[in-house]
Amino acid sequence: MSPALWIVLGLVLVVIVYAVWLYNRLVRLRTRTDDGWATIDVQLRRRYDLIPNLVQTVQGYAAHERELFERVTEARTRALAASDVADHVTAENAVTDGLGKLMAVVEAYPELKADEHFLALQEELVGTESKIAYARQFYNDQVRRLNTAIDTFPSNLVARTFGYEERAFFDIDDPVTQPVQIELGRND
Amino acid sequence: MHEQIAANKRRSVLLVVGAFIFFGAVGALLGYLFGTGITGIVIALVVATVLSVTSYLYGDRLVLASSRAREVTADEEPRLHNLVEGLAIAAGIPKPRIYVVPEQAPNAFATGRDPEHASIAVTQGLVATMNRVELEGVIGHEIAHVLDRDMLLGTIVATLVGAVVLMSEFLMRTWFWGGLGGRRGSDNNGGPVALIFFAVGFALMVLAPIAGEIIKRAVSRNREFLADAQGAMLTRYPPGLASALRKIAASPTAMHSANNATAHLWLNTPSRFQGDKMGPLEKLFQTHPPIQERIQRLEEM
Repeated sequence: MSPALWIVLGLVLVVIVYAVWLYNRLVRLRTRTDDGWATIDVQLRRRYDLIPNLVQTVQGYAAHERELFERVTEARTRALAASDVADHVTAENAVTDGLGKLMAVVEAYPELKADEHFLALQEELVGTESKIAYARQFYNDQVRRLNTAIDTFPSNLVARTFGYEERAFFDIDDPVTQPVQIELGRND
Repeated sequence: MHEQIAANKRRSVLLVVGAFIFFGAVGALLGYLFGTGITGIVIALVVATVLSVTSYLYGDRLVLASSRAREVTADEEPRLHNLVEGLAIAAGIPKPRIYVVPEQAPNAFATGRDPEHASIAVTQGLVATMNRVELEGVIGHEIAHVLDRDMLLGTIVATLVGAVVLMSEFLMRTWFWGGLGGRRGSDNNGGPVALIFFAVGFALMVLAPIAGEIIKRAVSRNREFLADAQGAMLTRYPPGLASALRKIAASPTAMHSANNATAHLWLNTPSRFQGDKMGPLEKLFQTHPPIQERIQRLEEM
């Protein structure tokens, strides 16, 4: 074989190895993104599990806030039924809004704020809120990387060949980007 | 960050190789002095192997045990568990195990060989004095050490180089008390064994400052700045850690279990002395940048 043929063969080999590397990178990014979504899902579910408990506890002290309880419970039911990212985002906003109002109501009941059961629930809720925020941060980071890889040359060629699609970010309305603000902490 | 991880792994291997050479040389020297030939080297290399494997596999447990840390459950410390879990999620690593050290001085450290085998320890004082945001800042800093494998290098440094420091202290003390006993009258105490203890202990004591130098070179002060910055990237709130460091700087409480072998692992240099004061040996082992400078950099972020 002539040297020119060897060079061509060599180049083809380099291209193939590079394409395989790009493909594996895409797979890795997609797996990380899926993991990120799974984590968000776990934390959201944990929060939905907390809501009935929380409503029940608050009800014991503030029975006449019935309308608010119903709203939160309803938002929770809708959120549980959400299927894709966009659905989750809308449902989440309703849940977060409702919980925010619920926690504002609590401020008016000193005995409730001293209830040990309620305090434990509150810590769980605040903890879960911040875990959702962190999971969102991680997920959006992974989506950004995946989408960039899908959009940019040359990995876009590989992505198109294997049918990779861009993922949606998990963005929440600005006022609720902040988790429910409750002053906690042993020394404040 | 990937360079940081690679550099930490490389340094860890270098340290283990260094330990082998060191113990091999000591073994060869003893073998030569006592005319036992190759036996000395063989024993020394076995000791080096055992030490290296132990520090890699069980270094975290040794470090935790030496600070009397106790693992806590989510029921005992819900806030701490929630914060650690949240930041582990943000960093994309499994949740580390959580320990509490019975000390009133606010401080924390991370140990373990990789993110799958990581532990974070905080003092009782830290949990008691920090609010949620400050505690979050501190945990973020420790999670950054986990991600960077600073804790792998730090743990190996603590157990390998620390072993030399601890051994020298032990041998010198043994010789010292043995010597006192001799003066009290039990006169068959000053035999060759005591002499060897003294010789080896003395040699190790000379080596201790060198060990301190090794620790300082291995764990550069820059990694504390780096972990501060990375922690702030995780929490997205640099003032949290800045406020925590300010509280730590202002805390007058001394740390009782502070020792030079593990000092570099902590969030801020633990001191057996109160406030800003430091012992002469502690100064020698100084591995942290001044806390005021760290606060300033966090405030500028």
